Amino acid sequence: MNSVFVYCEIEEGQVAEVSQELMTKGRGLANELGCKLEAVAIGHNLDGIESHIFPYGVDVLYVADDKRLYPFTTLPHTSIIVKLFEEQKPQVALMGASSIGRDLGPRVSSALHSGLTADCTSLVIGDHEDKKQGKVYENLLYQIRPAFGGNIIATIINPDCRPQMATVREGVMKKEILDPKYKGKVVKLDVSKYVTDADFAVEIIERHMEKSKVNMKAAPIVVAGGYGMGSKENFQLLYDLADVLGGEVGASRAAVDAGYAAHERQIGQTGVTVRPKLYIACGISGQIQHRAGMEESAQIIAINTDPEAPINAIADYVITGDVADIIPKMIKYYKRNTK
Amino acid sequence: MKAYKIIVLAKQVPDTRNVGKDAMKADGTINRAALPAIFNPEDLNALEQALRIKENFPGTTVTILTMGPGRAAEIIREAMFRGADDGILLSDRAFAGSDTLATSYAISQALKKVNDVDIIIAGRQAIDGDTAQVGPQVAEKLGLPQVTYVEEVQKIEGGKIFLKRRLERGVEVVSCPLPMVMTVNGSAPDCRARNAKLLMKYKHAKTVSELQSSNEDYLHLYNDRPYLNIPEWSVNDIEVNLAELGLSGSPTKVKTVENVVLQAKEAKVITSADSEIDELMRELIESHTIG
Repeated sequence: MNSVFVYCEIEEGQVAEVSQELMTKGRGLANELGCKLEAVAIGHNLDGIESHIFPYGVDVLYVADDKRLYPFTTLPHTSIIVKLFEEQKPQVALMGASSIGRDLGPRVSSALHSGLTADCTSLVIGDHEDKKQGKVYENLLYQIRPAFGGNIIATIINPDCRPQMATVREGVMKKEILDPKYKGKVVKLDVSKYVTDADFAVEIIERHMEKSKVNMKAAPIVVAGGYGMGSKENFQLLYDLADVLGGEVGASRAAVDAGYAAHERQIGQTGVTVRPKLYIACGISGQIQHRAGMEESAQIIAINTDPEAPINAIADYVITGDVADIIPKMIKYYKRNTK
Repeated sequence: MKAYKIIVLAKQVPDTRNVGKDAMKADGTINRAALPAIFNPEDLNALEQALRIKENFPGTTVTILTMGPGRAAEIIREAMFRGADDGILLSDRAFAGSDTLATSYAISQALKKVNDVDIIIAGRQAIDGDTAQVGPQVAEKLGLPQVTYVEEVQKIEGGKIFLKRRLERGVEVVSCPLPMVMTVNGSAPDCRARNAKLLMKYKHAKTVSELQSSNEDYLHLYNDRPYLNIPEWSVNDIEVNLAELGLSGSPTKVKTVENVVLQAKEAKVITSADSEIDELMRELIESHTIG
């Protein structure tokens, strides 16, 4: 039975969060399909990387280790995956919807003529009947994603071409170690058989990566500001509130674009997806793109001067008024009434 | 100084901020006719990068290529008002229902008809699908290297283009030999505004289909001023295998579509009065949401 395959992103010897999440999801899909879960790690100095991969239930790990393969560039990684997929013929292939996966995935899908669905929010196994052709497909991957700026939820299938490819954003799936002692097999690839010199056409001249200091995904409370905050200075109020409540500060794209907050704090379709216990939206109008990144928050408070702001439609509490007036009151009450 | 031939891939997209009930057809594809159409935002960032190269390398030409229905010629004109030299509309019923792979096939076959292209620039992704797939897929089909998430063109020298990329957790500067494909991020500079002179010059630019359906009194203009004719290519103008286009050429199929109706929750509406804020905070502490 053809496998479920996960592309493992590696940054500084670490397996990316999103890849860990996808291995967990991949294990579940493989169980349902009754097949193996396989993974591929491409990079440099990867000795021992399997110990960070097998615990997620990976049966076979392919390793391509070569100095030229780290940091990621598109062409050599594409060549390796395309050839590997041609050899192993996985039925499902998953990648992170990251700046790596969204660069690599389409190129691989084009080379293999296999369909790819970007930014899936749910992956489910199911059947499909093509009534026109009188054909029934069993155990397809339903690739479920919002489209059209979040106005529709589409279920995409890939009936005839393999692998069925999907990318998923970080934080969408849950990661879980299956068994710390899970034993898989490592297959080392002879890199020279997979890449050509022409694959190294793009050269990295400079690279500044930062470990994300902000961990909004794990924060139980997110205090987010929008363009309506008016200035970077006014954002300080949000830091004050987040500090008191033990939360993180997020921002809408408009606020980030206006320079009120750093890019890493951006919440929404093009930023991070958060699901905190409490989301406090301050001066955020609530465009669908922003809502896509926070609407699953357990509780939402919207503070806005505009009583008609779209964010209010998904809020549990709507406070109409000035953030600069309201936040200090919240801080004051909280300090007075908690230990 | 060398001049470059640049193609900007652009798409006219439904304004997803304004989606009505008739947005979807029964087969799950988009009913574009029922929606306001705009120039895809990141394609404007792409156009700006092309126009900057044109400024730095006199003699460079910028051509917009767009695939879509007849009215997509609007964005070609829009690009010409902002500084593009010309455009090509790729339009045919056979393209309808194409997924990203079938779309990139059609576009790459059209690009093969244009000789000596140095740089192909597209927006990172279109707001109707947000897939970010067509750029890299076009690059693959043309056998060209790709650089995605571009924020700035730093320089072009020695047959290589130097690009700054904006990634999730940092920035990268890469060099890539020409010809190549790049996709431009929304964090790149906004596109310049329309230029009044160019607006006057190109406002009557039209495709053949548009000319045929208009009551244009000045048809002779189009002979005197060839730049007013926007080329329109159908499947007959490019080499394509029809089976690879449209729904039949699309490996991905839409199985079902569900409309997301934003259901207003029963929100508690409160004012900024001290008592009301206090009551809210009391509730949140009591429910262990905070504290």
